[in-house]
Amino acid sequence: MDTLFQNLLNALQWGSFYSLIALGYTLVYGVLRLINFAHGDIVMVGAYIAFFIASALLGVYGGIPALPGWVVLALTIPITMVLTSVVGVTLERIAYRPLRRKGANRLYVVITALMAGLILENGNLLLLGASRKKFPELIDKVVYQFGPVSVTNLKIGVILTSILSFVILHMIITRTKAGMAMRAISYDKFAVPLMGIPIDQIIVFTFILGSSMAGLAGILFALSYPILDPYMGISIGWKAFIAAVVGGIGDIRGAFAGGFILGITEIMVVAFFPSSYRDLISFTILLLILTVKPTGLFGMPKTTKI
Amino acid sequence: MNLLEIKDLTQLFSGICAVSELNLEIGHRQLVGLIGPNGAGKTTVFNLVSGFYKPTRGEIIFEGRNLAGLKPHQVSALGITRTFQNIRLWKEMSVLDNILVAQHFQLGYGLGNLFFRTSRYLERESEMRCQALELLEIFKIREYADETPGNLPYGMQRKVEIVRALSSGPKLLLLDEPAAGLQSADVNELIELIKWIFEQFDISIWMIEHQMKVVMTLCSHISVIDFGRLIAQGTPDEIQNNHEVIKAYLGDDNV
Amino acid sequence: MKRLSVPVLLLVLFAVLMGLAWFEVIDVYLQTILLFMGINVIISSSLNLVNGNMGEFSCGHAGFIAVGAYVSSVLSVALFTKSRVFGAPLLPPEWAAFGFPVILIIGGLAAALTGLLVAIPSFRTRDDYLAIITIAANYIIITTIINIDKIGGARGFMGMRRVIFAMEDFAGIPWMILWVFIFMVLTLVIIRRYMSSTYGKGVEAIRQDEVAAEIMSVNTNRVKLITFMLSSGLAGIAGGLYAHAVGYVNPKSFDLLKSTEALVMVYLGGMGSLTGSILSAVLFTLLLELLRPLQIIKWVAIPLLLIIIMQFRPEGIMGHRELSDIFPKLKKFYKFK
Repeated sequence: MDTLFQNLLNALQWGSFYSLIALGYTLVYGVLRLINFAHGDIVMVGAYIAFFIASALLGVYGGIPALPGWVVLALTIPITMVLTSVVGVTLERIAYRPLRRKGANRLYVVITALMAGLILENGNLLLLGASRKKFPELIDKVVYQFGPVSVTNLKIGVILTSILSFVILHMIITRTKAGMAMRAISYDKFAVPLMGIPIDQIIVFTFILGSSMAGLAGILFALSYPILDPYMGISIGWKAFIAAVVGGIGDIRGAFAGGFILGITEIMVVAFFPSSYRDLISFTILLLILTVKPTGLFGMPKTTKI
Repeated sequence: MNLLEIKDLTQLFSGICAVSELNLEIGHRQLVGLIGPNGAGKTTVFNLVSGFYKPTRGEIIFEGRNLAGLKPHQVSALGITRTFQNIRLWKEMSVLDNILVAQHFQLGYGLGNLFFRTSRYLERESEMRCQALELLEIFKIREYADETPGNLPYGMQRKVEIVRALSSGPKLLLLDEPAAGLQSADVNELIELIKWIFEQFDISIWMIEHQMKVVMTLCSHISVIDFGRLIAQGTPDEIQNNHEVIKAYLGDDNV
Repeated sequence: MKRLSVPVLLLVLFAVLMGLAWFEVIDVYLQTILLFMGINVIISSSLNLVNGNMGEFSCGHAGFIAVGAYVSSVLSVALFTKSRVFGAPLLPPEWAAFGFPVILIIGGLAAALTGLLVAIPSFRTRDDYLAIITIAANYIIITTIINIDKIGGARGFMGMRRVIFAMEDFAGIPWMILWVFIFMVLTLVIIRRYMSSTYGKGVEAIRQDEVAAEIMSVNTNRVKLITFMLSSGLAGIAGGLYAHAVGYVNPKSFDLLKSTEALVMVYLGGMGSLTGSILSAVLFTLLLELLRPLQIIKWVAIPLLLIIIMQFRPEGIMGHRELSDIFPKLKKFYKFK
């Protein structure tokens, strides 16, 4: 029972990463019907940006006196989110938008996204070399004991941050004008420009939201697993996309729930089976969910109009 | 025995009643109409008959056979084909190929024949091709056989779609607003075309149409539905003077 | 003229390639590149059936390649060679020359059956859900292989070279060139016959308007299933050829990066264009080899190049056309449809 609780906490932390990344997938998909396969690599870029900013603020590169760890963390998070969204928006502007303008089949945009991901991974390797980076420890690790179950402050922080960002994101999407415009586009792409909504601005806004979530996921991931490498985003990115679909792609509640479902499944599989069975069993479970509920957990069945 | 019998047909969409306890019959060699205000559930009826929706309740019986549980492709193989409100031809395929694909239920060869190009395969392919070209000839559109529908004028696309639906030799042809989007000269041509088809082919035609001129000239019998319910049926004259029908179209105040 | 020009051309090409390899005019390295070209033609044209002609989005082609590669490798090693895992050969090794195509086809059938399992859940789902199901299937297939220790697990599986040696003991000809060429031509013939039949035109109809296809009597589920199985079966044959051309397989070589390569070849060539798929497979293989000296820069340069190509030709090299549509004079020499 105690190990179950312990595992559940680990699963929530692990699911938090998937959820944050899945949110970015689902936002972009909802608005553009584009599977942004570069998204996992945006997370990797976010982690690296966080690494350089944190190192700079810690005075590793000289120039400034070393700041205390918690100040560094408080500064790194917003700066990383902003810079990561710059990367995401740049990708949209130079790679995706021109193709959309030319009326390319949307699958060509998906292939472009795959290629952009490869460039980010290998470009990183080229620029920074093969030596792995170790993310600095910014806050002292505190372990809370609840009977036999132990929790670190970091774990609580990660879980709370992801829940909080989901709540904020949900408010942005349901309460603000831009958010409502996003939902309007995913509902009817053709009517929206007629209503005087600037579609390109909304798309940029979507990429800002999605990529900043990816940046946040990058930092949290780097804090939890401090060894960075250029290919760290691939597997977690593909899996987060699957999580978003299982939740019901296009719906942020679905992405959030799907991320946690995948996280919990993976941790529970590892708890009871050899870890090499993780992908095998967890993906089989996800496929079964999709077979039973084809539109995902939160997806609404659409009736085809004739 | 009637060609088509619809009994207590009901269709609910997440609680909303699109078709409600509809009872209808269509005989052999009839040209009949289905009218009603926008959103009355006319197309839903067609979608139910062609097997695209599964009815919530009720039965559809075609030539004595219950259509329950049949998929659309099976229904069309039995002899019910249709056209669509907004033309649904395969736009990047030639007109000839559009006709050929509609023969899918009677290909008469398996994959083995296909991959080995057996004589059976070659025979059937050339047979279907000849029949399709003949049909295009009959309708005087053979010259367009190799065009893609996208390059044809709208009225011609309508005609091709009707020919496609006829090509599999149906016993019941459903026309969903065939005159929608046509200019008045084309509408007259369409009326002639439908009349001609009805005379030449051993077929019943059931059409949804908003343009009263088309329905009133062509149909011998008309059913009117509103909010998914049958509110009247009869000859064109009876329908034109029916109190309920006028109320449904114009609202209570105008009566 | 029309009927014979393509077979004659292919025979000449075949004779030239076999001759060049036999008299060692081209070295083993060049031969390997030629083999990869042929295998990639099978991979891209088979994926094109689903992604181009049918308009679905399958992302896990490498999974089916892996199934074919492993099934045929295990069979050929067990049947024709003495190995540590399977012991003495079950059949006389010199039979390998005739047994090999049968084994390849068995590998293809295994991949087609896997395709069947993958395709069934995709019926109930729509849009891009096939993408997700195939990605998940790719993961599942690879982890399954990793967990079967008998065939090497994560270490990989080898011994296929000895099968080639067994064939060479029977007759000293460049066997792999022979088999890759034969199966490549066979693949193209199968796909062409399929897509030019009325049955296959149903596949195009599904892409252009699935609702209309179903209502106009196309059994869409069945057509989709058969097309998907055909595509994955051919991928399995490509996998078997790949495994024997390289002599060694490893689950990692069939991950999503390999699937991505297959996708790139399809979309670079043009969705639904068979000649486009052939062209892009050849070009892509050449590009990979030419840029090999750049090492890691290659993996930045190639994606960048592809992004730029797509900006200029957002419908791929050929678009949805065949070579004979662009150069109508070619129709004098061969008939495509």
